[in-house]
Amino acid sequence: MKIPVNLKIARVHLLSRKRQTVIAMLGVTFGIAMFILMISFMKGVNQFLSDIMLSVTPDIHVYNDFQTNYSSSVTSRYLDENPAKWIIVRHPRPKQINLNLKNAPGIVGDIRMNREVIAVSPLLSVQLLFNYGPVQLGIITDGVDIREEDLLFKLSEKMNSGRPDNLLTTENGILLGYKLAGKLHVTDGDMVTATAPSGARMRFKVVGIYQFGMALMDEYKAYVSLSSMQQLMGKNRDYITDIRIKVKDINRARSLADVFTRKYGYKADDWETVNASLKAGNVIRDTLTYVVSFTMLLVAGFGIYNIMNMVITGKMKDIAILKAQGFDKKDIIQIFLSQSMIIGVLGGLAGLLLGFILSYLLSRVPFPADEWMVIKFFPVTFEVRHYLFGAGFGVLTTLIAGWLPSLKASKIDPVAILRG
Amino acid sequence: MSAEVLHVEKIDKYFFDPLKFQVLNDISLSVAKGEFIAIMGKSGCGKSTLLYLLSTLDTVYEGSIDIIGTRVTGLSEDKLARFRNEHIGFVFQFHFLLPEFTVLENVMLPALKSGRLDHKAIEERAMEKLRQMEMEEYAGKLSGKLSGGQQQRVAIARALINNPDIIMADEPTGNLDSANTAKVLAIFKQLAREGNTIIVVTHDLDFAKESDRIIEMSDGRIMPGVGVVPGGGGLPDGSIVSGGGSVLERVVAGGRV
Repeated sequence: MKIPVNLKIARVHLLSRKRQTVIAMLGVTFGIAMFILMISFMKGVNQFLSDIMLSVTPDIHVYNDFQTNYSSSVTSRYLDENPAKWIIVRHPRPKQINLNLKNAPGIVGDIRMNREVIAVSPLLSVQLLFNYGPVQLGIITDGVDIREEDLLFKLSEKMNSGRPDNLLTTENGILLGYKLAGKLHVTDGDMVTATAPSGARMRFKVVGIYQFGMALMDEYKAYVSLSSMQQLMGKNRDYITDIRIKVKDINRARSLADVFTRKYGYKADDWETVNASLKAGNVIRDTLTYVVSFTMLLVAGFGIYNIMNMVITGKMKDIAILKAQGFDKKDIIQIFLSQSMIIGVLGGLAGLLLGFILSYLLSRVPFPADEWMVIKFFPVTFEVRHYLFGAGFGVLTTLIAGWLPSLKASKIDPVAILRG
Repeated sequence: MSAEVLHVEKIDKYFFDPLKFQVLNDISLSVAKGEFIAIMGKSGCGKSTLLYLLSTLDTVYEGSIDIIGTRVTGLSEDKLARFRNEHIGFVFQFHFLLPEFTVLENVMLPALKSGRLDHKAIEERAMEKLRQMEMEEYAGKLSGKLSGGQQQRVAIARALINNPDIIMADEPTGNLDSANTAKVLAIFKQLAREGNTIIVVTHDLDFAKESDRIIEMSDGRIMPGVGVVPGGGGLPDGSIVSGGGSVLERVVAGGRV
């Protein structure tokens, strides 16, 4: 029974007009619930898209980004070499460029020594043509060390049939995306013929079919063993074009990539650079969420402001009586501000609960079936800091919405009212 | 004469809306402890305005007011609130209780605000004041449900809760039927007998007759020639020396009828 007198008055006021109180609370409740639902869902979407991207993007990708150097040119050999004379070659062409990484085994070995690296997958990637009757499908085919590749992309979890290791046990085996396999009308054990740019051909036996949930991987990509690819290309066993790396801490990828670039003289991209557009998408979705949620809470705030204004207009007489009995400005502000704060806090807590329930329900809603998407339910995250943010924002809104009417109430002149 | 409770010095007050108008003109007044004073006058003569100045609710005036030796003129609003709470009990014409609170809570509120007693002591004292008003059986009722006369008695109990130095009342019987008027009148008489200092603005001649002194106002001034009425337990006929044509003649006339 040790409630301060001002709070006691606030409580009586709130309870004496329950309907208004509840409506004001509901405004806050829905505002915060929608905020929680939206941010949980948007973050879930961000997370889902990032996961998909990361599932096919190596943490670091080292490759030969060829730079043609025309500082010396054969033109001088054919035209007379006079410094006063300009020779302009409008469309120079290189004579020969090697796309491979020189000293690849040395680089791979060196990267493997790095403590921050979990897996290193050397790669020979070539666009091969697959014959389907008269049609030729251009497919990026990766010649890989399948065990390392599995470490990077968890290939074995994405197999519809067969195992990645089959590449090691079968001579000239090939793993196909399920879409591509469908297009070529092949299943496990069938043969496909691939043609290299040089015209060399090789027959591969399908030993596994995988599904990533991305067209890029499922329709336009195939895996063979590194040695098969080197053989098809007529290259030696050291010939590779790319190195893919998985690191322990993906946040260190960018600085490690810089180190590798400097150390080996080849371009090294980290996953963030490659997926810059994804990051932009995340920022846009986050901004959208905050703008919409802010608007909703603002509307709830106006609701409280409105109701408190009505309450105070109805309670002018009471305020005058209280003032006549010695309640000062501070007391009046306390009485009415605490009412709006109680509305805000209770409405906010209900909003957090409702937001959680709605988010949970959404996370149990099956995602509309789509052959591309490997997703069963709507993606929703549950993060404590979103709930803390929602609560803080709700309290702040009600504080401001309650402050202005309370200030107005404290300035009421009792004489004008008591005299009637 | 005992100690001075209220001292008013040369008060002028103007209203500015809609036109500049002088409501109070050179009002000086002194009230001793234990006096029961009635302020009378026609509507618009400024008597209520004067009372609101004395109660410290209205602070816009020229001149000075001292209450129990404290210069209240020029005090900050918050200090005045505190002062009102501790030293002044106010009874309004329209009883003005907080309708969502019980009778007991209404009476307790000013004491809870002052915070000098604990909750239990305040409750006991509030019950005692209600008993005094013969309203204790209504203590748990919502005050909005009471009749006007009952509400006014509760309002008086509320005015008394902090044992104020002055009780001020603005037409306390102005809105009541004759039976309730008589009850309220009896209460004020009793309070006066107990030595309370009381200032009442009233139209009611019967009420004024019970006072020690009647101050008659007209056009913002205190009418001259009105003296102290001896006794205080009723107004003996012919004991008033009145300025011509004043209310007091009618008081006397009323007494004769």
